[in-house]
Amino acid sequence: MRTERPVETTAPAPAARKFDLASVRADFPILERPINGHRLVYLDSVATAQKPRSVIAAEAHYYETMNANVHRSIHTLAAEATEAYEAARARVARFIGADDARGVLFNSGTTAGINLLASCWSAELKAGDEILLTEMEHHSNLVPWFLAAQRAGAVIKHIPVTDEGRLDLTALPEVVSARTRIVSLAHVSNVLGTVNPVAEIAAAVRKLAKGAVKIAVDAAQSAPHCMLDLRTLGADAVAFSAHKMLGPTGVGLLWVRPDLLEQMTPYQGGGEMIREVYLDRATWADIPARFEPGTPNIAGVAALPAALDYLESFDLPTVAKHEADVLDYAMEQLRALGGVRILGPADGRVGSLSFADKRVHPHDLATILDQRGVAIRAGHHCAQPLHRRFGLIASARASFYLYNGRDDVDALVDGLREARRYLG
Amino acid sequence: MADIRALPQLDDLYREVVLDHYRKPRGRHPLAAPTACTDGFNPTCGDQVRVAFELDGKRIRDLSVESQGCSISVASGSMMAELLPGKTIEEARGVTAAFKRMMHGAPLDPGQDLGDLDALSGVARYPVRVKCALLAWTTLEESLRSITHSPAGESRTGIAGTDGPTTEERP
Repeated sequence: MRTERPVETTAPAPAARKFDLASVRADFPILERPINGHRLVYLDSVATAQKPRSVIAAEAHYYETMNANVHRSIHTLAAEATEAYEAARARVARFIGADDARGVLFNSGTTAGINLLASCWSAELKAGDEILLTEMEHHSNLVPWFLAAQRAGAVIKHIPVTDEGRLDLTALPEVVSARTRIVSLAHVSNVLGTVNPVAEIAAAVRKLAKGAVKIAVDAAQSAPHCMLDLRTLGADAVAFSAHKMLGPTGVGLLWVRPDLLEQMTPYQGGGEMIREVYLDRATWADIPARFEPGTPNIAGVAALPAALDYLESFDLPTVAKHEADVLDYAMEQLRALGGVRILGPADGRVGSLSFADKRVHPHDLATILDQRGVAIRAGHHCAQPLHRRFGLIASARASFYLYNGRDDVDALVDGLREARRYLG
Repeated sequence: MADIRALPQLDDLYREVVLDHYRKPRGRHPLAAPTACTDGFNPTCGDQVRVAFELDGKRIRDLSVESQGCSISVASGSMMAELLPGKTIEEARGVTAAFKRMMHGAPLDPGQDLGDLDALSGVARYPVRVKCALLAWTTLEESLRSITHSPAGESRTGIAGTDGPTTEERP
């Protein structure tokens, strides 16, 4: 894993585009749309990111020039669509540092990826085997494992979260045992923004568990910041979503170590995942097709490389520095305002800034901010156990991406002041 | 209130009556011997409410609403606690139905008096907040259903649904 994020991946990068906030924003058509008479200040990228013009154009280009089903027909359009689809697979592999693109599966999103893992991996579990999760997971990295554990008679354990909002690694000897078979954890928390030391945890767990442990990573919040590098992550599987990284909705990416994938029984049956079908049985296609039944979101997949190209067109450390500056400024401004409880650590975080105002409920804040064009998330952000851990029902979450700037933070803080004048 | 003039749309949502109920919610007292006590939960945001009431025959003698949530859900529950004691179950159902219609943008029937609830009419323009305003009311509905549809003394009814209240009857 990259703790110093991000560094260069495989291919030598072409000359990087200069990172300039105004020109970046100009690439996102939606940012031109006024909301309730104000400039759109989009602080909900952790829920879904906005799309640059190049991604929107790529999806339209696919439909306008090559729309056909993949891996089926012989005609020119089908050949081109298939080529675009498989080129996207190779592009994703390059993005995450995978040397074998057969490990990259397309599906509908991170949730679908984790469900696939939970289903396939739990088939090998015995009653009493343990699945280790963490207290900071998104519901989509909890509930699929609950279902799997129920089926297998397995036991769910979790790594606790410290008051500061980091995983408590001192608890590892208590929560890892010889029965630990699966670990699934977030690379970056969607609430706290905490960057978890996945490689360190993976190594520690493997040492403590002694037996064979499979490690899955929910990378939904780290992939958008180009932090994924399989060569150092120490994971057996990684799930993430295109829509959180400037790409289209409805495209999920799941990488599984190809040798593992080869051994896994198919998750869902259907067309395209088979080799031969008889009236009562079938044999399976090679990976990755074995895990991609049915017609996928071809247009979305075809447009995904445009998103990755966009992200990697900049000098990555420069973008990371900009994002860190905006996040730090936001924390600083909220602290200066006072009366706000910021969740998560003071450093080592990316993306999310969740907070609870002492006087204004997150819903009210979200409504008042929306009237000023500021979009935040209010609620439990699909992480009820984590909110419970901090004694909260809900929080307000501002999340930041490369198109956000200090002016967005100012709009947030001004809006919070206004909300307090209403409700305080 | 220069700030409210600055955002006229919000003026309609956060009327002074609403804010007053939010700041000083009525009817938060726990009841000694409630006829029914129902917890409501909004899974999309996590807001919680507990509605309990004591019946005297068919009349609501006392009602308490304990909310954990935003200004709209707290105010709506507080208004309920102020409005319903003394009303019959049928009257309470009538108020609930009228308030729901109001939240879906329909005008009130002539002669229908919803008291302070009228101040929540602006919520109808904020579809995502309608659920907040209705949480206490859908919980009450569930509670009323539980006492009329199941024999007294039956313990716990889990009810799945958008607002997912669970009902615990206390004889």
